[in-house]
Amino acid sequence: MLRPTILMHLARALRAVVGRELNKFLRQPSRLASSLVRPLLWFVVFSAGFHNVFGVAIIAPYETYVDYKEYMLPGLLGMIALFNGMQSSLSMVYDREMGVMRLLLTAPLPRGWLLGFKLAGSTALSLVQMLVFMAVAWAFGVDATWGWLAALPAMLLCATMLAALGLMLSVHIRQLENFAGTMNFVIFPMFFISTALYPLWKLRESGALWLYQLAQVNPFTAAVELMRYALQGQLNIQAAAIVALTAALSFALALRGYDPQRGWVRQRG
Amino acid sequence: MPNTPTPTNPVLQAQGLRKSYGQRVALQSVSLQLHAGEMVALLGPNGAGKSTLVQLLSGLFVPDQGSIQILGHDMRTQAPRALAGLGVVFQQSALDADLSVQANLLFHTDLHGIPRRVALQRIAEGLAQHGLQAERHAPVKALSGGNRRKVELVRALLHEPAFLLMDEATVGLDPASRKTLVDSVYALTRSGAVAALWATHLVDEVEQADRVIVLNKGLVLFEGTPAGLSERCGGISMESAFLQLCAQAGPGI
Repeated sequence: MLRPTILMHLARALRAVVGRELNKFLRQPSRLASSLVRPLLWFVVFSAGFHNVFGVAIIAPYETYVDYKEYMLPGLLGMIALFNGMQSSLSMVYDREMGVMRLLLTAPLPRGWLLGFKLAGSTALSLVQMLVFMAVAWAFGVDATWGWLAALPAMLLCATMLAALGLMLSVHIRQLENFAGTMNFVIFPMFFISTALYPLWKLRESGALWLYQLAQVNPFTAAVELMRYALQGQLNIQAAAIVALTAALSFALALRGYDPQRGWVRQRG
Repeated sequence: MPNTPTPTNPVLQAQGLRKSYGQRVALQSVSLQLHAGEMVALLGPNGAGKSTLVQLLSGLFVPDQGSIQILGHDMRTQAPRALAGLGVVFQQSALDADLSVQANLLFHTDLHGIPRRVALQRIAEGLAQHGLQAERHAPVKALSGGNRRKVELVRALLHEPAFLLMDEATVGLDPASRKTLVDSVYALTRSGAVAALWATHLVDEVEQADRVIVLNKGLVLFEGTPAGLSERCGGISMESAFLQLCAQAGPGI
């Protein structure tokens, strides 16, 4: 049982870490703009160009033919969380290079809590951006139903998974310059080899079986499908389990990475 | 376990510290003790192992062997309690240049769980002591290097630690700023408020220290008073004695 004083201490530290993330974000309006422009370009341009090409059939969870824009929405929400998770990873590397990370790691709190607060900050930022994008999507004619409210927990879980993934990657990215590699080897493969832009049967039908299999085991696919079902007011238990497990595993690996007895600090000095 | 320093309970007790990176041994069997109000200099050339020792004492690294206790709390098993008694000024600045001075300081007090009202009062007092009241709401990037260091010293003391660790804190400062910072830490230790370990390779900063520890190649070559260091080398200046000791031990690691 945590004592009230410890709870107050944790609450203040949470305010410090999450508040700093939000403060940094608000000081960079271009970051919000770019986080919205990227999916918006896909949403407007890509959906217009490929509206008839893809010819999405009736697939679960949809009960009828859906507009391609509607099909893309969960994938683009995932894209926002994916980019933000990686951006947070970059921010951790920046903090490490600037020395701010040392301040965090010498705070009188268990390291797990401090990293958990970092995770919470990154997740909160993703969620804010996803909600803003949903409002934009609504303005562009995607039906707003109460399913959007039901999708909030799913969005939260997906944002947590991708933030945890970013936290784990930050252990292994030693310099800011390495971020281009993250883009090429993490963001793009995760996004394109998933159901974000096309349903899996399209990959199978085209004969790209290895891509089909990769997409099936890609946790980003699970995240997108979790949100897709949730937006229709349904729960995809398998996807939720994969997302939750991936989040837990990534966070555990990040904790190990930042542990001075076992992680990168010990190994690399 | 003791949580207040007394003459018999040291503020810092480090015993048999050893640290290596792969095959390279950075520290071998280093022990040190600091008592309340003491100013102890950790002198060593570049690569002597000072930074490794600072990382161990601040809990960023874990020693391969040995133990560290701050106010009786073991750094390995009771890290949060040990860290609560420690204030650090790192060699590399750890301020967010885009945030204001106050925002940087509040980040620290929140991490230490200090209530906002108390924090604001301590921040006002700390800044006033160093003539930085007018800079309270200025962004850190607008401050001079010397004032940034002062802000870091203020920050390191906000949670009222018993042990202050200064890691080459004057690197890059002009002589006047260096003197101000050094004098501030001497004043603090003489008031009995903290025990300070000052890691540096600049001998003139620590000539008035209570004790000097000379470290080279990961080994303690000398521990005693500044006068004792000079006497050991035949009464030459402290700087010459330091250079002579290091030369006898060979190049740094």
